[in-house]
Amino acid sequence: MSRSSKALAVLSASLILGGIIPAVNAAEFSAIDAAKSKITFTTKLMGSNLNGGFSKFSGKVDFNPDQPEKAKANLVIEIASFNAGGDDLQEEARGKDWFNTKSFPTANFVSDSVKNLGNNRLEIAGKLSIKGKAMPLTMAVTYQVQGKQVIFDSSFQLLRLDYGLGAGNWADTSAVANEVPVKVHLVLNSN
Amino acid sequence: MEQTRYTTPAILIHWVMAALIIVAWTIGTLAVDMPLGPDRIVSFSWHKWIGITVLFLVLLRIVWRLTHRVPELNIAMPKWQERTMAFTHWALYILMFSIPVVGWLMSSAHGYTVNYFGLFELPDLVSKDKVLGEQLEDLHALLADGLMILVGLHVLAALKHQFIDKDGLLSRMSFHKSSNKKGAI
Repeated sequence: MSRSSKALAVLSASLILGGIIPAVNAAEFSAIDAAKSKITFTTKLMGSNLNGGFSKFSGKVDFNPDQPEKAKANLVIEIASFNAGGDDLQEEARGKDWFNTKSFPTANFVSDSVKNLGNNRLEIAGKLSIKGKAMPLTMAVTYQVQGKQVIFDSSFQLLRLDYGLGAGNWADTSAVANEVPVKVHLVLNSN
Repeated sequence: MEQTRYTTPAILIHWVMAALIIVAWTIGTLAVDMPLGPDRIVSFSWHKWIGITVLFLVLLRIVWRLTHRVPELNIAMPKWQERTMAFTHWALYILMFSIPVVGWLMSSAHGYTVNYFGLFELPDLVSKDKVLGEQLEDLHALLADGLMILVGLHVLAALKHQFIDKDGLLSRMSFHKSSNKKGAI
């Protein structure tokens, strides 16, 4: 190490200790790893679980493990990437009674506040909009920093009728349950 | 001539299955033309619940048949009729077993897990495969129609014995002793 770079290292170390610039390990994570991330759900048809998911989503997430409460998320889910059951069911899901993808091609989650519960657990409150209806949503989230990646996992339950999913005779919850458990597995890469 | 009856459990299972098979076939035939909606989902759920019940009962019945002697047939009939009867009976057993199994396979291949009266899920027999699902669907319908043809033959034969031969054959599968003994040799 040259003399000048040594001096620079000492300077930056004192700046870090002095709290002037954030520590180097406080990596910012914001790039969604689309290949590793997953949004899945389970719908119950007359007692049988039908698993599905949305394969296309994007958005902006800012996360710093040193200041998790400052995290921000804005996710956009492409409804047309709905995948569950057979072709007839997928076509029906895109139709007017369900997601109405022609008028509402995307769903959206925007975080309002993040509570740090400690032990890598967060409580993220925000708004989820599906089919043009925005509803408050609070998610319990766990995260793990693994080198250049941070992995978030959350499970929560939505009520499909809150979002007007399943209109007309589909509103009958004995055929298709109102409760829809959702799982989000989000992998972010460091910048 | 007095006919020896099947045992009461065998008679009971015969008539219960007869009713369930007719109901399952009717629901299946009607529901296949319904558009995707709650009615279709509810109909096929009942169709599958009844079908799984038939599968369970036919297994019991095959075990019964293999461990019991069929009551002696005190009717003189041509050899070809006896052979046709034996063939029809075993074909009925094979179809009553294979149709629900093919239906279950087909449901799994279509990506729909079969459950039993909403109480518990049955395992998926194959993973989701659209082409396989369609092939199994065709096979399921073909076998089911074949079963209904054999059931028709079975019923016509029983009616012939009851009303033309008047040999009391039907009393073998009846809860009451037959009063139809006139024509017996």
